[in-house]
Amino acid sequence: MIPETGQFALILALLVALTQSVVPLMGAAARDPARMALARPAALAQFLLIAISFGALMACYVTSDFSVLNVAENSHTDKPLLYKISGVWGNHEGSMLLWVLILSLYGAAVALFGGNLPAPLRARVLSVQGMISVGFLLFILLTSNPFTRLDPAPVNGNGLNPLLQDPGLAFHPPFLYLGYVGFSMAFSFAIAALIEGRVDAAWARWVRPWTLAAWCALTLGIAMGSWWAYYTLGWGGWWYWDPVENASFMPWLAGTALLHSAIVVEKRDALRGWTILLAILTFSLSLLGTFLVRSGILTSVHSFASDPARGVFVLALLGICTGGSLFLFALRAGKLVGGGLFAPISREGALLINNVLLSTAAGTVLLGTLYPLIADALDLGKLSVGPPFFNTVFLPLMIPMVLLMALGPFLSWKRGDLAGALSRLKFVFAAAIVVAIASWLLAGGSSGPLWAAGGIALSAWLILGSLLEWVERVRLKSGFWRRVRNTPRAAHGMTLAHLGLGIVIAGITGSTAWKTEHIQVMSIGQSIDVAGYQVTLDGVQDNVPGPNYSALRAQFTARKGGRVIVMHPEKRSYRNPPRPVTSAAISTNFVGDLYVVIGEPDPSGGYVTRLYYNPLAPWIFLGAVVMVFGGLVSLSDRRFRIGAPKRAAAAATAKA
Amino acid sequence: MTRKQRRLYFVLLGMLALGGATALVLTAMGDTLVYFYTPSEMAGKQIGPDRRVRVGGLVEQGTVRKDGSTVTFTITDLTSTLPATYTGVLPDLFREGQGVVAEGKVGRDGVLHASEVLAKHDEKYMPKEVADQLKKSGRWQEGAGQERAETAK
Repeated sequence: MIPETGQFALILALLVALTQSVVPLMGAAARDPARMALARPAALAQFLLIAISFGALMACYVTSDFSVLNVAENSHTDKPLLYKISGVWGNHEGSMLLWVLILSLYGAAVALFGGNLPAPLRARVLSVQGMISVGFLLFILLTSNPFTRLDPAPVNGNGLNPLLQDPGLAFHPPFLYLGYVGFSMAFSFAIAALIEGRVDAAWARWVRPWTLAAWCALTLGIAMGSWWAYYTLGWGGWWYWDPVENASFMPWLAGTALLHSAIVVEKRDALRGWTILLAILTFSLSLLGTFLVRSGILTSVHSFASDPARGVFVLALLGICTGGSLFLFALRAGKLVGGGLFAPISREGALLINNVLLSTAAGTVLLGTLYPLIADALDLGKLSVGPPFFNTVFLPLMIPMVLLMALGPFLSWKRGDLAGALSRLKFVFAAAIVVAIASWLLAGGSSGPLWAAGGIALSAWLILGSLLEWVERVRLKSGFWRRVRNTPRAAHGMTLAHLGLGIVIAGITGSTAWKTEHIQVMSIGQSIDVAGYQVTLDGVQDNVPGPNYSALRAQFTARKGGRVIVMHPEKRSYRNPPRPVTSAAISTNFVGDLYVVIGEPDPSGGYVTRLYYNPLAPWIFLGAVVMVFGGLVSLSDRRFRIGAPKRAAAAATAKA
Repeated sequence: MTRKQRRLYFVLLGMLALGGATALVLTAMGDTLVYFYTPSEMAGKQIGPDRRVRVGGLVEQGTVRKDGSTVTFTITDLTSTLPATYTGVLPDLFREGQGVVAEGKVGRDGVLHASEVLAKHDEKYMPKEVADQLKKSGRWQEGAGQERAETAK
């Protein structure tokens, strides 16, 4: 009964979404308030129906109802409850249901909190959201129904891939989707603006909080995925430039660019066409990511199923969505020219260069990700594009961007004073050089590569530059705390987000350049020196029982100075499905991670072990959290909540 | 600054970015693309010792030798074979008779010195390229992956 309820609710949601996509749009064209007003209840009803459907699937998982094919294929009674719940989105059908749930959640949020939007704009935005919903609900109902029954029901299920049975990964997909799908809001606003034929500062102020919320969620989602890779894959690597990672990274780059160009539209009414285009491209990259991951043309832990029909369907959706919106853009872009003028050296100019660099970076990542597919299709040979390609292309684009990130906030709008900004930053420059040399010497001088000093200098430049800008902003007048309170939260948010990136850069540099790696066979009782730690293999115990696995469990003791750390890495054998999984033990002191992995037994009686010291590695994830925090602080800016943005009479005309 | 000048500035900036990116991509593509070959394709090729390649196939039965943390094994596509060596801890799913992809450089000794060995997350998994190759040479059996998983247990 429960699965049927879920499916029925999903079909009703499709009908509601159809209504939502057609009626308010016609109402807006005819200036009919009654039909426009339908958008809000429709969006809420759609969310409610999809939530019922999602709840039904979750109920099937929690009660282990194996008469549902999806549950039988992906769950097992002996899984801990957390992984029964996360199993709902640990498979293709369930994760698509989560996708539409989040899509309708954003729609419902506009319906609830969009009270300050003009009625026609709100009707059009919700109508575009409805259209996206229709596409994806059809996709689920026609190609990937999560509620398909299985008769006769098996006694038990196949279980969830043990790699996915991990707290970090349980919440990675929901956050990633909150980000991916969140960019649909910017997209819907962009399409609505194109239909209306006007983009102005008020429009940008409505779009920004949604983009910001999506960006925060996506940043957190990517960081969680990266953290998971770091501690589960057992190599101490946190980013592989895997196509699936790139699929989430491209919308992040484009979304970051969008976040910054929307500021220019809001403050200076310039770059309007470009911002609309970015909104379209960001969501298209999200859809492309969904296609790459869902179509199964990439083999990885993320591609659950390789059913060609699904790939074709998502590709068709991508084609309609991107093609249609770019066509609309081409028709209407002529109306968007104009806006505030500015000199190349100005805040707008800096933000523009940031946009150019970010979108170029997104473009090169796109090329590198798709090139193997293109080469295969054109019969140019089978090849892979790996980290060397991305590092060669990506870093030269990011270095000028980071240099500019500290400088940009010192330039004023419209016409900036480059010499003045540089002279204010000259102590930051000197300090960055000093920090770089000091940390390079501290890390053992020539034992590390020379570029590491450059990475640290870049990080220090960004961190100190952002701090200096913040200090100058708040201490201008007497009454420090009043200044801090009176500064717009968006400004604090920017400082924090830029600081966070600086911390991430330090983490990346440190963990890449100064990593220590020891791979060897260790016998019981043997000690090895790893970056100042004396690490001893105390013993190994076999067949340690876990909830749904048994483990080979080792005990290591690490000693440094007076400190003693006991660590327990495991090599687990899961029962359902039967699969070995390595579980590393990590001990962090926030400056570096000691990372210990136990491997296969050796004929000599010892064990193959891998011991790493990853300096500054925790900073990568810490920095990402600071960036997200900055985003949230900015999101709490009162300008987004009260003082409903009013459209200036002058900007209201389409001509501008 | 007039609108015309600004437009010129936009266009120049765009061209600079596009040109720079193209130059970067072309340089990087020349050096860093890693081609995938099967052992049969490797047999007919002269590949310089500086060129990274990926070789995929099955780990031949009875060829895995461990010496401390260094492992030697032979990759086969059931037509040709290629010896390989790797130092480090192998992925959990690395087994004789299973699909494997090794990435590295072929030394003058004709041995693939792998810096990376991939045995994917699924034990039914066989690299797509290997499956294609087996199908081409007519040695593909449906359900072969399942069988190998059984024997490996």
